[in-house]
Amino acid sequence: MFSRSLTLKLVSAFVVFGAWEIAGRIPVSYAFPTFIESMKALYAMVVDGSLFEAYAETLKPLVIGVLISAVLGIIIGLWIGLSAWFDWLFSPIFIVMQAAPLAALIPLLVMIYGIGLTSKVFVVCIMAMPVIVLNTSSAVRNTPTSFIEMSKSFLASRWEVLFKVIIPAASPVIFSGLRLGVSAGFIGAILSELKITPTGVGDIITFSRSIADYASMYAAIFSIIVLAVVFLNLLEMLERVLFEGNVRGYASD
Amino acid sequence: MAMLQTNALAEDLVHHQTDNAVAVSGVSKNYGDVEALKNLSLDFPRGQLTSLLGPSGCGKTTLLKIIAGLLEPTDGEILVNGSPVTGPGEDRAFVFQDFALLPWASVLRNVAFGLELRGVARSEREDIAIKYIKEVGLDGFEKSFPHELSGGMRQRVGLARALSVDSDVLLMDEPFSAVDEQTRRKFQEDLLALVANENKTFIFVTHSIEEAVYVSDQIAILLPRPSRVADIIRPTGLREKDTASIRRDPEYLDIVDEIWASLKSYVE
Repeated sequence: MFSRSLTLKLVSAFVVFGAWEIAGRIPVSYAFPTFIESMKALYAMVVDGSLFEAYAETLKPLVIGVLISAVLGIIIGLWIGLSAWFDWLFSPIFIVMQAAPLAALIPLLVMIYGIGLTSKVFVVCIMAMPVIVLNTSSAVRNTPTSFIEMSKSFLASRWEVLFKVIIPAASPVIFSGLRLGVSAGFIGAILSELKITPTGVGDIITFSRSIADYASMYAAIFSIIVLAVVFLNLLEMLERVLFEGNVRGYASD
Repeated sequence: MAMLQTNALAEDLVHHQTDNAVAVSGVSKNYGDVEALKNLSLDFPRGQLTSLLGPSGCGKTTLLKIIAGLLEPTDGEILVNGSPVTGPGEDRAFVFQDFALLPWASVLRNVAFGLELRGVARSEREDIAIKYIKEVGLDGFEKSFPHELSGGMRQRVGLARALSVDSDVLLMDEPFSAVDEQTRRKFQEDLLALVANENKTFIFVTHSIEEAVYVSDQIAILLPRPSRVADIIRPTGLREKDTASIRRDPEYLDIVDEIWASLKSYVE
């Protein structure tokens, strides 16, 4: 099963990178480098260390923002799912947050919180938190009644019902919310570096574009995608370790 | 003298109550304007299996959940071993129609879950669970997850979980309705052996007349809107017979017919 999914991943990577290489060679645009050129630029940035310096900067708002969103998002989501009153109070905020055009809100955030780390963390949170909160709350609301009745009939306390039944039962949907939230957080981190102040990876992207070094620009974009994929895979592994029986693979496996 | 009298009274009380493990008296349950149960009284003799039988919507599951302490009656009282029910208790264990197994937990953890919630130490509760897993015939499946088991095997896990907490009263809510016919027959035979071997009181909800007559010491026929006990039937003659020949017994067939005749007019 593992080798089959690994093969599929390799095949799909080959197809995508192959198409990229061909599109770069035609070329579809003067500003679109080939895959190999981009990889060379990436290698150069790794060797001279500029990529790591950039990530040291970019990861700060990203990690802080994602951590805040995950912890706070799950707690608020649990609360909303458990209490109708809390649902009434907080759900609308996150629904509005999810629908809001973030790019338009950035100037407002900058006016309030300045151009530093705070604003960038906010952007990451606004991107990442709503989906985590909304997924968590709907998962909690959909806990099968018979699980709750079962645990009550076997004398579970309220906390035991929450930690031993509701949270594990909700975990697949909570984790899918986390995956979406983390991906959105990556978008938020880059967006904040493009829209607020060019630092880190956002700076590489902006600067390379301004000097028409498109290979470096795409290398930076590529690196952030790779990082996001690695992060999502780590999240999946965590889920596997925590709730083994919940992970059932695919019907076709 | 006064002391002696109190003792005699207490003894009398204990003696009187040992006949019935569970006593339901004057229980009503309303959902808004709808009367689900009305002034229902029923006794469940100790060590016996009592079936609650009736057409759908007659409130048999509601009654079972009230006895379990999962629902609160609008009126009336339930005594389990002489003490009133105020919520779920150690003296009762529940077997669910849809099994209610935790999909993220192994068979072992599912069976031990009742003991886990009662704060029994891990090694101890796993020893007990392994014993009951063996007893229900799931030896070797301790590490499997529920989705890897068939419906019948899942219900065996549910049964092992209820047995492992060693309650006096076992509440079973249509436990065999979600398993196939052949598995159900095997379950019914196993249930008879269980009633004979374990010193427990079974309360068994079913909508199958044949099943009720086959397994019960006492059948309470419930009729709907509002629910009441219409009749109590005790197929005592069948209990002495060999389990293999019950279904061919004239008494069995007569009782099945008799119950069907009384229920027919209530089935839509």
